[in-house]
Amino acid sequence: MKIVVCIKQVPDTAEVRINPETNTLIREGVQSIIKPYDMHAIEAGLQIREKTGGSVTALTMGPPQAETALREAISMGVDRGVLLTDRAFAGSDTWATAYALFKAIAHIGADIIICGKQAIDGDTAQVGPEIAEFLGIPHVAYIRKIEDIQANSIVVQRLMDEGSDVVESSLPVLLTVVRELNSPRLPSLKGKMAAKKAEIEKLAAADIGAEEDQLGLRGSPTQVKNIFAPGVKKDRRMLDGPAEVQVDILVKELTGLKCL
Amino acid sequence: MDYFLTEEQMMIRDLARQIAEEKVVPVRAELDEKGEFPWDIMRTLAQSDLFGLFIPEEYGGLGKATLELCIAVEELSRACVGVSTTYAANALGTFPILLFGTDEQKKKYLPDIAAGKRLVAFGLTEANAGSDAGGTQTTAKLERNEYVINGTKQWITNGGEAEIYTIIAITDRSKGPRGASAFIVEKGTPGFTFGKKEDKMGIRASATTELIFDNCRIPKDNIIGKEGMGFVVAMKTLDNSRTGVGSQGVGVAQGAFEEAVKFARKRVQFGHPVITFQAVQHMLADMATSIEAARSLIYAVSRFIDSGAKDVSKESAMAKLFATDIAMKVTTDAVQVMGGSGYMKEYPVEKMMRDAKILQIYEGTNQIQRNVIGQALIKEAARNKS
Repeated sequence: MKIVVCIKQVPDTAEVRINPETNTLIREGVQSIIKPYDMHAIEAGLQIREKTGGSVTALTMGPPQAETALREAISMGVDRGVLLTDRAFAGSDTWATAYALFKAIAHIGADIIICGKQAIDGDTAQVGPEIAEFLGIPHVAYIRKIEDIQANSIVVQRLMDEGSDVVESSLPVLLTVVRELNSPRLPSLKGKMAAKKAEIEKLAAADIGAEEDQLGLRGSPTQVKNIFAPGVKKDRRMLDGPAEVQVDILVKELTGLKCL
Repeated sequence: MDYFLTEEQMMIRDLARQIAEEKVVPVRAELDEKGEFPWDIMRTLAQSDLFGLFIPEEYGGLGKATLELCIAVEELSRACVGVSTTYAANALGTFPILLFGTDEQKKKYLPDIAAGKRLVAFGLTEANAGSDAGGTQTTAKLERNEYVINGTKQWITNGGEAEIYTIIAITDRSKGPRGASAFIVEKGTPGFTFGKKEDKMGIRASATTELIFDNCRIPKDNIIGKEGMGFVVAMKTLDNSRTGVGSQGVGVAQGAFEEAVKFARKRVQFGHPVITFQAVQHMLADMATSIEAARSLIYAVSRFIDSGAKDVSKESAMAKLFATDIAMKVTTDAVQVMGGSGYMKEYPVEKMMRDAKILQIYEGTNQIQRNVIGQALIKEAARNKS
């Protein structure tokens, strides 16, 4: 089984602050981590490999320093790390990102592609399903359990708002995973040593045969107009007293403000 | 302080620290309260390759040595000595095989130990043989192709949980200390059972039981070394493991010290955080200084052992003695710095203080360590005189 796990390096959100003047993230001194959902994706890839044999490749698109995320994945037991890096990718929105990852996956080859359900910065949850669409393969999002896996099919549980669906899909397939799926393993010493020595494969736009005008800012239909930190409104009132009384006051106030 | 660790040693430290912080700290109070054996953590350690640290690569280990083991033990002890005792006792039980085992024995047992598949325990102590190993009453009698073992071992760490036991028994009482031998006994061997699990003051996550041998028959080949080498095996094993106990002392002292500093920065009295008071600063300064001194000694002695030094009894006894005495002092002072809060189970330092006490007692009391050092001094003085 050839498994590709798409991962993303992000600033540790627990420590991120926003520069109020430029409205951008203050990245200095903030540690980079593999985004938490992707840790579950890596664990899922490793568990599938333990059952079916084969290999797990971690794939990321990012600046050269994203290599550390791939090494971390290798320290957990991933076989190979591929870094998609090129200035042409800069400024990609989810569409252009998915296009680049699709080209890379088509280049590498995969039976199962696993992504975290969403990022912890943009939070769009779009890239995984978009990759599947580009590849023309089925995808199952928000999976919480892998029930069965055969040479040509997989049965998974998909988390829904109320309960979950059991879905069978043919392979190749793309899965996006939620936290409930597993608990990611810690690295091993042998893994860490392997990660230190591992050769990270670097792919540029030309290597994967990506069309320039589909990449980066040019290939991105989404244009970000403005980023800002929501202002803190100082006009606050705390209500107290029994709940019914508070609700009455609240309804009256909101009606007065024409919110209701 | 920078101890000029190699990149791999730092890797080991960071990984052990990550396990300690993510897997041990959240559960240590519960393990302590329930006296529950930390199987989940042992599985994590196994999966992270830490059981194979000191085992040669040809037997599935990582081929590292004393210093690396000490680094791992120190980091685990910073979180919980109950957990680190379980891990370190596994190494203690393995040393007899590692140091004196035949190639067949090593091939049979070390790969499973390195993979963390089977835990090991070391059985020396008995009701009448603790500090005085000469009081050993357990016997092993050769009958054709089997040794028949009879007797009871007491206070054996990892007892009941381990699958492999390295034990000392008397093969020829008439020879005194030269009449003891070391054996490997596997769990499940008929005639080998476990007595009660002890209810302890500290290190409550670790299991401590009796080993009961009632006409327990083991293959003749399970002897470690030759007949009569039992005490040599035991003493060399302890020479190699004492720095590990010292590391437990450094780790628990470090953990308690960090808690005390954190608390002293937050706790306000007379309008100021208590850390601004000289009385508290002086206590913290003494704690920090003694931890650094102990760590320096442990690392230096570990490097001395790893250099292939022949006789390390004195140095390893010094390392164990010093580091575990300061562990008791530092953990007690951490409780003092934190006052009433330090005494409460809401904070981890009272547990650390209870845990630290065992370090002055097991694997040779600190009084026995002073005896070992004293004996070595006498020998050295006599040698220098001639």
